[in-house]
Amino acid sequence: MTVETDFARRLPESSDKAPEEPRLEQAAVTCGGLWKTFRMPVDRPYTLKQRVIHPRRSRAAGTLHALRDVTFQIAPGEFFGVIGRNGSGKSTLLKCLAGVYRPTRGELAVAGRVSPFIELGVGFNTELTAFDNVMVNASLLGIPPREARASFDEIIRFAELEDFVELKLKNYSSGMYVRLGFAAAIQAKTDVLLVDEVLAVGDMRFQQKCFDTFRRFKREGRTVVFVTHDLAAIERFCDRALLLEAGEAIAIGDPEEIIHIYRQHDLGTRRSDVEAEPKPRWGDGAAEIVAAWFEDDYGQRRNVLTQAEPATFRARVRFEQTLVNPIFGVILENERGHHVFVTNTMFDRIATGVIAAGTEVIYSVRLVVQLADGAYSASPAVAYEDAFRFADWRERLVDFEVRAERPTGGIADFVHETSLDHIPTRHAVEDGVKGRLE
Amino acid sequence: MSTAARYIPTRVAAASSPRARHFLYVVAALARTEFKLRYAGSVLGYLWTLLRPLMLFGILYTVFTQVFRFGGGIPHYPVMLLMAIILFSFFADATNGALQSLVQRDNLLRKVAFPRAAIPVAVCLTAAANLLLGLVVVFTLAIIDGVEVRAEWLAFAPILAVILGLATTVSLLLAVLYVRYRDVQAMWEVILQLLFWGTPIIYTIETVPERVREVLMLNPLAVAIQQVRHLIDDRAPSAADAIGRPILLLVPAFITLGVAALGLFTFSRLAPTVAEDL
Repeated sequence: MTVETDFARRLPESSDKAPEEPRLEQAAVTCGGLWKTFRMPVDRPYTLKQRVIHPRRSRAAGTLHALRDVTFQIAPGEFFGVIGRNGSGKSTLLKCLAGVYRPTRGELAVAGRVSPFIELGVGFNTELTAFDNVMVNASLLGIPPREARASFDEIIRFAELEDFVELKLKNYSSGMYVRLGFAAAIQAKTDVLLVDEVLAVGDMRFQQKCFDTFRRFKREGRTVVFVTHDLAAIERFCDRALLLEAGEAIAIGDPEEIIHIYRQHDLGTRRSDVEAEPKPRWGDGAAEIVAAWFEDDYGQRRNVLTQAEPATFRARVRFEQTLVNPIFGVILENERGHHVFVTNTMFDRIATGVIAAGTEVIYSVRLVVQLADGAYSASPAVAYEDAFRFADWRERLVDFEVRAERPTGGIADFVHETSLDHIPTRHAVEDGVKGRLE
Repeated sequence: MSTAARYIPTRVAAASSPRARHFLYVVAALARTEFKLRYAGSVLGYLWTLLRPLMLFGILYTVFTQVFRFGGGIPHYPVMLLMAIILFSFFADATNGALQSLVQRDNLLRKVAFPRAAIPVAVCLTAAANLLLGLVVVFTLAIIDGVEVRAEWLAFAPILAVILGLATTVSLLLAVLYVRYRDVQAMWEVILQLLFWGTPIIYTIETVPERVREVLMLNPLAVAIQQVRHLIDDRAPSAADAIGRPILLLVPAFITLGVAALGLFTFSRLAPTVAEDL
């Protein structure tokens, strides 16, 4: 498969290659052959009794390699993204950088001071006011109380909480809480800032403010290590990115490329997940969806679709019972589980007629994909009796990817035309009027 | 691996401040908030730290002078009793609070790198602040009760320092062990009971048979509290008198040092991986 060879090429076969990685005189972060191994917490004896009864159990417990031989360098002033699926070792890496975890093996060096914060609002107590919480926060960052008191007003201004200073945190909205957390976290004058999933919350405007702050850090030569699931943010802000998978560094380099590899890899692993664990499927079996796929206009099956090009979704359905006017449909879902497109023969008022038991049909939907770049899935279904009964519904049966030429901030990219018309100024209008009068 | 050679070693990570100062900032901030939270929502607030020992004294005074007449022959019995109770409560509050402190602050430990000892030490500091306020009350009551103010009272400071040190090191030990073994809590409850009755708090050391007395005086808390009694009123035997031979005081001294060393050693060994063990 082309996809597989593509990323096989990127796998660091021997680490003394990796040409895209700059050699640095003085790296901000150096991570060489880093390993982090955990003893599996499964069935760990918590009490002495258990330890006495099962003296060997704890020793028999397995180990988990959260990081395997991870090697990379980050230059000063670089905005470095780390992506990977849940459990890929992203947070472990960040915790090693922050000094929360001790690496099991390998070299780890951070030039200058590193912010020990990896999540916003850590240590916040909801029974206390903003001031008390900021003071605790500052102490954890190693900021002297006097300095923290002096910068409190600035923090409140940045967090836009001037009117809520007297309030206890339990009365804050989640947005206010995050704003305060961010404002408090950035007060440390550290050289390396570690950021874990800050953008998941907070409104768009504040997110922008956060990124403006990061840009300022960058100008000041401070380094940001940024862990997120938000691929768009990685693409927009990071200079380079690292892709982790099962604790291994799969690829390091240009964010766009890394995201591309991540998606392919993600699809690859998801396909193998299917074999291990069947996807949800329900219905009474009056009809059965045997197979489903996407294909292009040349009949070539595709799991990567190009935006704005036609593609056809097809599902092969075998009928076990004779059904009158069965309804065929498909739901396209994005990674966040939003139904981005739903169609069925009932909505489209298509009479499907009587389909006899034992026959097979192919249900096809030809469409032009106007979705944003990303990973999607298609869930086909067959229903009958005006959709009161379901014959077969196969959730996320087909995984596919949409590749787009241009970026979009939304979940869809409509066919659109943009124009810019200059409104005549009053002066010009008057001139025109005058001209006409003359 | 050959890869390591490719990398130019850089400076090792350091927090915003030197470790010792970082530790102090966290201790101060945590102790402050804990003190604040303790009386959050109460009308009288901090006054309770003074009112509690006062009310306790009222009860003890009434019970032991009007009802039981237990301490009848002992001079200033209610004051002595209150003093002993306040000192012991400090020890119990500090260690009990510190015991679960690391586990309760798991969110902090798992996400921020800071000197781990700050958490149990902050608990002890909060308890110490309460103790000091309580002592103000006790000394005031002592003077009102007619206890003679003497220069020997100054010796109270080193005794207090020993009790504080012991409570802190025991707290470190318990807190870090509790992360791994939850039985520590149940065990400590029993040990505290044992210590309470093994310390001359309600009874006086003179009423105890000599053989038992020698065993009791192995307990550092018993030695400390007996010495405090002696300081308040020199009619009460000093710790050395109670143990018989002054040289024997070395035994509880060594026990104290041993416990302190064990606490510090165990904590320093287990603390670096506490984030993973939680």
